[in-house]
Amino acid sequence: MRIGILDIQGSVEEHKKKLFQLGVKPIMVKSAEDFERLDGLIIPGGESTTIGLLLETGGLKKALVKAVRCGMAVWGTCAGAILLSKFGLIDIEIERNAYGRQIDSFETEIAFLGKTIPAVFIRAPKIRSAGKPVEILSEYGDSKTAVRQGKILATSFHPEMTDDRTVHRYFLKMC
Amino acid sequence: MTIQKNTSKLKRGLAQMLKGGVIMDVTNAEQALIAEKAGAVAVMALERVPADIRREGGVARMSDPAMIREIMAAVTIPVMAKVRIGHFAEAQILEALEIDYIDESEVLTPADEEFHINKSDFKAPFVCGARNLGEALRRIGEGAAMIRTKGEAGTGNVVEAVRHMRAMNLEIAAFGKMNQRELKMWAKRERVNIELVEETKALVRLPVVNFAAGGIATPADAALMMQLGCDGIFVGSGIFKSANPESRARAIVEATMYYKNPEVLERISRGLGKAMDGLEIAGLEQKMAERGW
Repeated sequence: MRIGILDIQGSVEEHKKKLFQLGVKPIMVKSAEDFERLDGLIIPGGESTTIGLLLETGGLKKALVKAVRCGMAVWGTCAGAILLSKFGLIDIEIERNAYGRQIDSFETEIAFLGKTIPAVFIRAPKIRSAGKPVEILSEYGDSKTAVRQGKILATSFHPEMTDDRTVHRYFLKMC
Repeated sequence: MTIQKNTSKLKRGLAQMLKGGVIMDVTNAEQALIAEKAGAVAVMALERVPADIRREGGVARMSDPAMIREIMAAVTIPVMAKVRIGHFAEAQILEALEIDYIDESEVLTPADEEFHINKSDFKAPFVCGARNLGEALRRIGEGAAMIRTKGEAGTGNVVEAVRHMRAMNLEIAAFGKMNQRELKMWAKRERVNIELVEETKALVRLPVVNFAAGGIATPADAALMMQLGCDGIFVGSGIFKSANPESRARAIVEATMYYKNPEVLERISRGLGKAMDGLEIAGLEQKMAERGW
């Protein structure tokens, strides 16, 4: 299985470590050619403005959208989830920094498909609403925290920041 | 379900989200917007960039909260601000402001010659400068959630940042060859907790994110520091003291992403106009890096 991690900025190493633990050697995606023949791609957490801007360089965004349209699975965590929505790849309304500033960042536990997992929210967005084709995998408070539309997964929290591997395992099964 | 806030994981975690990015010094909302538009992952709000502090002299203090608030309102990316070494009251004020990160910085005039701020006491995360591994681990021991090289701020001269990063790399590599007894002696000599030393040895890197700072003025400088193993870049005077801040800011952001690709670096380095005026380290009256210990 060929799994890539978008290597622009953010929690790239954290996702890489998780995939290694699950026996997958990820491909670091930094140019348009790197998208070729990928079964799945993780867009890590980071600053969505920065990642979005740098995706416009070297034809990266075009290659990303094309790969998704051709059936590549994709998972966006936090900033990655914002970008998936911005590019029209998943039918959700997502609000940036919706919990407030860093002082409002928090750790808690949430139910993901019925299983309780630790969850880290850092200057996190809120998935306010989701369209009909979107499956809700997890909710917390007044918002959705993990959603799936076909082969596209979005989480507002950071599964790469805890010791739990549930969501990474789930994504690998999607690929 | 319980909610935990301001934990070490969350404080260090925000820095982890900034990795591979560029944090830019800005002095007003207009500059902050330019930085955000150019792709900065965060901005450092301060009244005078280090080059001006160096030129004008006098006591450099925490910036006016009104000015920091304006910047916080203008951009969606995290906002950091500086306090004087040891000045915990300035830090309390920035925390009340809900700043995203506090830089206990040698660029400002130190307020305490004996004690750095006990950073674990605060909800807000801290970044601190370091010249070597001992200094970095002492700051982490006090609660710093992010480290940066001190370099020599306001000079546009990258040589000190290189010296500090190489020193840290060499000292971490040396841990690999030390036995437990030698590690304990090192920890004692450097006044560092042995657990932090062991953690650094096991990770073969600092336990927190480590950015380059102090003297970075060109895309090539950023690429150099990234190739030396830094996690990201602080640019102080280098952007808004140059001829074309917009294009230089953008070029340094791209250079930090494409730091291993000389063809891209060549293209983005073209026609940026005049870089900031640089200073020789030997001719400096005040070496800011020597503040703190």
